[in-house]
Amino acid sequence: MADFFTQTGLGIGLLMVGQVLLIMLPLLLCLAFLMYADRKIWAAVQMRRGPNVVGIFGLMQSFADLLKYVVKEVVIPAGADRAVFLLAPMVSLVMALIAWAVIPFNEGWVLSDINVAILYVFAISSLEVYGVIMGGWASNSKYPFLGSLRSAAQMISYEVSIGLIIIGVIISTGSMNFTGIVNAQDGPGGILHWYFLPHFPMLILFFISALAETNRPPFDLPEAESELVAGYQVEYSSTPFLLFMIGELVAVVLMCALVSLLFLGGWLSPVPFLPDGFLWMFIKMLFVFFCFSMVKAITPRYRYDQLMRLGWKVFLPFSLFWVVFTAFAAKFEWFWGIYARWPM
Amino acid sequence: MTVFAFYLFAICVIAGGLFTVISRNPVHSVLWLILAFLSSAGLFVMLGAEFVAMLLIIVYVGAVAVLFLFVVMMLDVDFAELKAEMAKYLPLALLIGLVILMQFVMAFGAWESNAAAEGLRTQVIDPDVQNTAALGLILYDDYFLLFQLSGLILLVAMIGAIVLTLRHRVDVKRQDVVAQMMRDPAKAMELKDVKPGQGL
Repeated sequence: MADFFTQTGLGIGLLMVGQVLLIMLPLLLCLAFLMYADRKIWAAVQMRRGPNVVGIFGLMQSFADLLKYVVKEVVIPAGADRAVFLLAPMVSLVMALIAWAVIPFNEGWVLSDINVAILYVFAISSLEVYGVIMGGWASNSKYPFLGSLRSAAQMISYEVSIGLIIIGVIISTGSMNFTGIVNAQDGPGGILHWYFLPHFPMLILFFISALAETNRPPFDLPEAESELVAGYQVEYSSTPFLLFMIGELVAVVLMCALVSLLFLGGWLSPVPFLPDGFLWMFIKMLFVFFCFSMVKAITPRYRYDQLMRLGWKVFLPFSLFWVVFTAFAAKFEWFWGIYARWPM
Repeated sequence: MTVFAFYLFAICVIAGGLFTVISRNPVHSVLWLILAFLSSAGLFVMLGAEFVAMLLIIVYVGAVAVLFLFVVMMLDVDFAELKAEMAKYLPLALLIGLVILMQFVMAFGAWESNAAAEGLRTQVIDPDVQNTAALGLILYDDYFLLFQLSGLILLVAMIGAIVLTLRHRVDVKRQDVVAQMMRDPAKAMELKDVKPGQGL
């Protein structure tokens, strides 16, 4: 039986499909409840009740929404480019999902443990913009097009600073593998060894850039409902819209996982006497997601010129300076060598 | 499995390149081009050059092709007209294509390589070193000056582009970001107690 799964082509194929499902199904299930949590947190800040009708405390709300979206009619505008119009939401969802192939949830709990894992995630997240651009263009309408142009400019701008922030972490670790990055943050001091202490400014910058990269408030200019109705999503309905929404949320959760892995020690326990494990990773991701939701609830939307200025004139020079600083600090072992965690 | 993946990527590259040329809509052309880029990144991964593959995706697909798409989407070009003109230039294009093809055929036909050279080109790096690290060692140790020089050339190009497009217009009201941020309600608002019937 074991031979069938390791030797034959069909067996290997089945095994891969099984592994993929093992990551995707819990992820999508968590997503349903995260969507609910997002709305509940938002409601609580505004002193509303939020969804509370479907199921106990409204827990089944996301599933009711799913059913609602799926059974509705798909409306395609007459002037739309049909193929690209339908391809766009799929690209958006698929790009968000395939990045999870290299995310480890625990020591060894990873689908594909490649050397350039962090570059892979960066590359895939730079592709997510295509869903938005294609959707906006294919709708053949003004608001979606303006929204997609905004989104493209915004995502390209903030990718630059995200890339530089990641380089700082790579310099400190000497590896682009997530397992290597997390293990470099291991030490007898627990929480004191995580990268959020030496790279503290970068944690803040990464968090804000992640908000901009995933089009979350206060940087949700591409779908600013007061100016562009709903941006690139205006013409979408039913399942294609649902795919866009899920894709966006999966990207948010991916950013939560990235923050946990890069700066918060991944699956490492914060205190030395507790065992490491998947639970820590899960708690950290939930914490970061909570921060994402709170930001959505308490900040007003940026103006577009402010957004661009922040990206190019504040984040880019500062993260570039930080790369140079980290390189010097790692090379000459400043600050008791906390910037150099190379496996010598 | 590997053979299957190779043919999948190879067919995608060729189909992507072909449809880039023949598709009527320029946006579709760019999308096909992206498919070709992605598939060639897949081929790089299969060669064991994962770093180059990721760079190909990040630089070409993530940045260059997005700008292509940007420009192409905003261009208002009548492509029926362009296609009509294409017939006029077709003989010339065919002639140039034929000449290039002949040159390639002749170059490859006359290609002779020394058997000793074959052995040299296969393995230049230590197989235990990751190719990211190997690339870094070669770029930053052996060819450090050349690398710096290429960076300098790019810097000059960038500054040149900025200088060419920079212009100072005096008649435009510019916003002063620092002044905007330094404003507070005490300075921005002036409260006046207006007596009834008097006005300001």
